[in-house]
Amino acid sequence: MSLDLDDIREAFRYFDSWEDKYRFVIDTGKSLPTMPEAARIPENIVRGCQSQVWLVTHQRDGKLTFDIDSDAHIVRGLIAIVLAAYQNQHASDILSFDMDALFDELNLIKHLSPTRGNGLRSMVARIRHEAKQAA
Amino acid sequence: MNAANLAMREDFPILKRSANGHPLVYLDNAATTQKPQQVIDTLADYYARYNANVHRAVHALADEATQAFEGAREKVRAFIGAAHTQEIIFTRGTTEGINLVAASLTSRIGANDEILITELEHHSNIVPWQMLCERSGATLKACHVTSTGELDIDDFHEKLSRRTKLVAFGHVSNALGTVNPVDELIHAAHKHDAWVLIDGAQAVQHVPVDVQALDCDFYAFSGHKMFGPTGIGVLYGRLELLDALPPWQGGGEMIEHVTIERTTYNQLPYRFEAGTPNIAGAIGLGAAIDYLNGLPRPELLADEQALVALTISRLKQLPGVRLIGDPAERLSVVSFLIDDCHPHDIGTLLDQQGVAVRTGHHCAMPLMQRLEIPGTIRASFSLYNSGQDVERLVAGVEKAIDFV
Repeated sequence: MSLDLDDIREAFRYFDSWEDKYRFVIDTGKSLPTMPEAARIPENIVRGCQSQVWLVTHQRDGKLTFDIDSDAHIVRGLIAIVLAAYQNQHASDILSFDMDALFDELNLIKHLSPTRGNGLRSMVARIRHEAKQAA
Repeated sequence: MNAANLAMREDFPILKRSANGHPLVYLDNAATTQKPQQVIDTLADYYARYNANVHRAVHALADEATQAFEGAREKVRAFIGAAHTQEIIFTRGTTEGINLVAASLTSRIGANDEILITELEHHSNIVPWQMLCERSGATLKACHVTSTGELDIDDFHEKLSRRTKLVAFGHVSNALGTVNPVDELIHAAHKHDAWVLIDGAQAVQHVPVDVQALDCDFYAFSGHKMFGPTGIGVLYGRLELLDALPPWQGGGEMIEHVTIERTTYNQLPYRFEAGTPNIAGAIGLGAAIDYLNGLPRPELLADEQALVALTISRLKQLPGVRLIGDPAERLSVVSFLIDDCHPHDIGTLLDQQGVAVRTGHHCAMPLMQRLEIPGTIRASFSLYNSGQDVERLVAGVEKAIDFV
């Protein structure tokens, strides 16, 4: 699956109810590949208060790719949106991308707030950290 | 919903607001209750008219503040049926009360001693005891919980022994609403000469508590879970026991005489109240108690229990709903899960519909481990909730199930 950022932006432009938006997020989450049980180990856990997020980073040809999974449907959908921006990108592109601005634009910014405790914010911070290491 | 309940809702201005475009349905009362106008006015009045530091000062404002502050202590004493006002120690909340006891007991607990808690506990009634055990070398034991979310009483009796120095448990479980058989547990603990601490955070807003009738040694609770302000709580301790315990924090208020070489300590309860207390919070808690005392509490509790029963029967009719815990005696809380769904998903979708619930482990991770679940969706009721709130919750859950 590869969700395009432009597709996401386009889709969100036409949502006029929260129902449409969350249905899209949940359905998008369902298309995110699940991580094999063997990779769901404590070392790969991104600490979130409520839902669990696992993250594995790979480097190929100067680009970063990520396997990410969560036990919550909405978080999986949000991960898919994050990955639309970060997947298979150069570290410098990851670092220059403004995730807050994207979530603000999609009116999903509350999910990136530190009070939500869904692990998404820590996940973005961890990806940026890995990008810094790779840069 | 009867007249008393309807009239009561009017006292809570926040219940008139909306959340995410829908009239607010507030079902997170186990986390904190909303505040009646009477409490809000009392806080504003204190700051507007007689804000001053309490005790010792010679001026009029300090007199008024001290009288209101000590008056609140007396209201708390009467509210929980304590014999002496000195047995009422103001804390920041339940957590601080338990930490106070754990810290002050340090010199009284040895390496051969045991502390008995239960798997139902909130982290606040686990971690301070773990820390005490680390300091003293004592052993921490936990009574098992059954699959219905109740204490395994046989296990409790089995784990009590001559080594047990202290037993600590919740009056009502914050995660499942289980009402523990406190009388039986206290009686059994005292037969083994163990002290008993009760975490009453989830009980005081719902049911009358009489610490003398209970015959417990310590009882801790929070103001904000019983319509009072945040940052104020109460630790009740039996007089002889408190008298024998050393203070845990040093500073102003708690001293009698200080030289560079040594300090003698103040009397109870001030010995355990170092620093300027939460004066406004205590007076606000007093106002919350006045408010509760003016309500037809038995009638309102019966209504609340009917709402809990209605919620359970309505949720059971929905596909994929799994209720967590089925205690014979329950207060306020309905915890549940939806098949193939994380609680966080349901909580988020309920929030979109203006329904405030809590999801997660509810600061009771050992209980979640015991029940082998990641957490629950928790609806917790208070005296001001209505049948309409139940309908909105059920409709919201139904919609959320349809989504995922």
